[in-house]
Amino acid sequence: MSAQMLRVTEIEALSPLVKRFRFEHPGGKKLPLFSGGAHVVVEMPDGDLLRRNAYSLISDPQDGSGYEIAVRREDGGRGGSRFMHSNVGQGDTLRISTPLNLFSLDARARKHVLIAGGIGITPIIAQMRQLLRMQDRFEIHYAARLRSEAAGLRLLPRLPHIHSHISDEGDRMDLGAILDRQPIGTHVYTCGPEGLITAVAQCAARLGWPRGSLHSEVFLAPPPGRAFEVTLAKSGRTVTVGPHQSLLEALEEAQVEIDWSCRGGACGRCETDVVSCHGRIEHNDHWLSEDEHSSQTKIMPCVSRFRGRELIIDR
Amino acid sequence: MTIQFNDETFRDDYSYHNSPAAIRRFPFPFDKDDYMYAVNMEPHGSGRAGSPFENRFDVDEHYVAEMRDREITLKEDPLRCQSLPHMELAGWDLLELIMEAKSEDYPELFSLHRDGDRWHWINRPLGIDHKFTFLDPTTLPYGPMEYITRQAQGDFAVLDQRDGNLWMEAGMVTSQADWSLDFDIGMNFFEWHAPVPLAHEMGIFQRALKFLLAIQQDAPSRRLNWTMTVNPRLDTSPENYHKWGPEKRTLTPENTGEKQYLRVELQTFFRLPRSNGLAFPIRCYLISLQDLVTVPKWGRRLHRVIRDLPDELAEYKGFTVNRPLIVEYLSRFDDGKPTSPGIFPDE
Repeated sequence: MSAQMLRVTEIEALSPLVKRFRFEHPGGKKLPLFSGGAHVVVEMPDGDLLRRNAYSLISDPQDGSGYEIAVRREDGGRGGSRFMHSNVGQGDTLRISTPLNLFSLDARARKHVLIAGGIGITPIIAQMRQLLRMQDRFEIHYAARLRSEAAGLRLLPRLPHIHSHISDEGDRMDLGAILDRQPIGTHVYTCGPEGLITAVAQCAARLGWPRGSLHSEVFLAPPPGRAFEVTLAKSGRTVTVGPHQSLLEALEEAQVEIDWSCRGGACGRCETDVVSCHGRIEHNDHWLSEDEHSSQTKIMPCVSRFRGRELIIDR
Repeated sequence: MTIQFNDETFRDDYSYHNSPAAIRRFPFPFDKDDYMYAVNMEPHGSGRAGSPFENRFDVDEHYVAEMRDREITLKEDPLRCQSLPHMELAGWDLLELIMEAKSEDYPELFSLHRDGDRWHWINRPLGIDHKFTFLDPTTLPYGPMEYITRQAQGDFAVLDQRDGNLWMEAGMVTSQADWSLDFDIGMNFFEWHAPVPLAHEMGIFQRALKFLLAIQQDAPSRRLNWTMTVNPRLDTSPENYHKWGPEKRTLTPENTGEKQYLRVELQTFFRLPRSNGLAFPIRCYLISLQDLVTVPKWGRRLHRVIRDLPDELAEYKGFTVNRPLIVEYLSRFDDGKPTSPGIFPDE
């Protein structure tokens, strides 16, 4: 995973819970450009812990002068977003990975419909900037509960094809109306809570949309759970995974060499073979197939957990 | 560094030749005395100084002649260069990548000046001095991919990445080892590799695809592939098989060293920033057996590899008919001594 140290040059509150961070190269070097939908992984040295969180880029993909992300403070989360909100100040330097895109626009689309729920607006902002630059046809639907919480409003330009739906004000997003009567060749991109993605998929299926025209990204943080133990086949060592830790983080803490990229169950980099499993793997990823999930022969350490007597993995 | 460009041909009188320096830096593909498929990827972009792996895009003494040969092939068959409509942005990505790399790595040959979207490109070996607007195709004489690949050695496949697969949807292919862009265009990674024997059963393509999908910007990779070609011909395409296929039958014990070439492909993989596509340059290097055996390690090793190669691979690579002649010729340069590890000549 290639990465470089970047300096925090701007911090701005977009809403009470969401802050925008801008990073630039300390020597003024141009950063690699990217494509709309890409994310970076931010490393946060928090005491003895090295936290690593993935955040979608919201800045202009064509602009290499800096990267920007928007971070929502999750008070019930594992601590990464709280660290960003409370411990990171202007002038600090953090290690930021090279962008990677697991949610890119389909260049074949005749039109793009971008649907975002809550903080799921972040990758859509960069996709919008790319579409504006390419002069492609698109529309955006952004749903939030309260205007005061809708950080995306500060990032979206006022244009007739960009719509905000604030449910608290009685304007609920009507997926049926959005997806009906779109021209043939339209692609839909959804980012937000799992429920929104499922609702778009179901509505699109009912209206006869081809499955290949639907794209989505769930921003998956490693879910907490009960502590569990894992045995490493190569060394015979046993590693304990804490309730708020992911298996990947526990492996890293134990100095086990393991490749990773998105840390959210989507990219496939940390895929690990299961040697023996007496119990049930709690698969939380979007990478393995249903067959692989049910056979319990593979696990994605970044998001998946285990309950049972014994799990031996090929590490 | 100054490069003396050869005046040479890759067809008709086949005046192609390697200087002694070009022989020494040839990308010999075998790191041991036998060969089997492997996902033999390694990082690309800063290899051994002087080798074809030193720079992102190698420019060598054959540059000008290769570009002339490409022009002839394209004139006869314009479908060697195709780009589906949605691949234009990836074409601009590729243009930027090549212009940046060449102007940084070979400043005496190429220069690029940028003022926002107004770009000025100078290619001294080909006598090109051009001002254009980035992302505005009307300011270039060809589409962006065609424009830049008429100025870059090797074939180029430009792949779209979607639905967990790679799709060959643009390319410039005039120096290929018997495959056709016109046939493969629109295919996904598994479809265009369907004819390759053995590797599917070995799970090679599943592993390779996972690797390629995860290639990051600024972290290109490379691998070497190889085959055998009679005469130094770049255009060994299925479309022109009637021209080069019969030449396989012109090999005799007397002319094998001179007419039989080892053909090596330096395959590289670059993530494209704006389009999230993947550029797949396939650079072809040719060396006659008589030149190759001037490096004793290579003569010994190539003899052992060709002699012991599984029949399916010789068949797929298309040299079964000449294999006895090649093995006979090379055996004269194999004294049975052990060879050192790695691909480079012994000092």
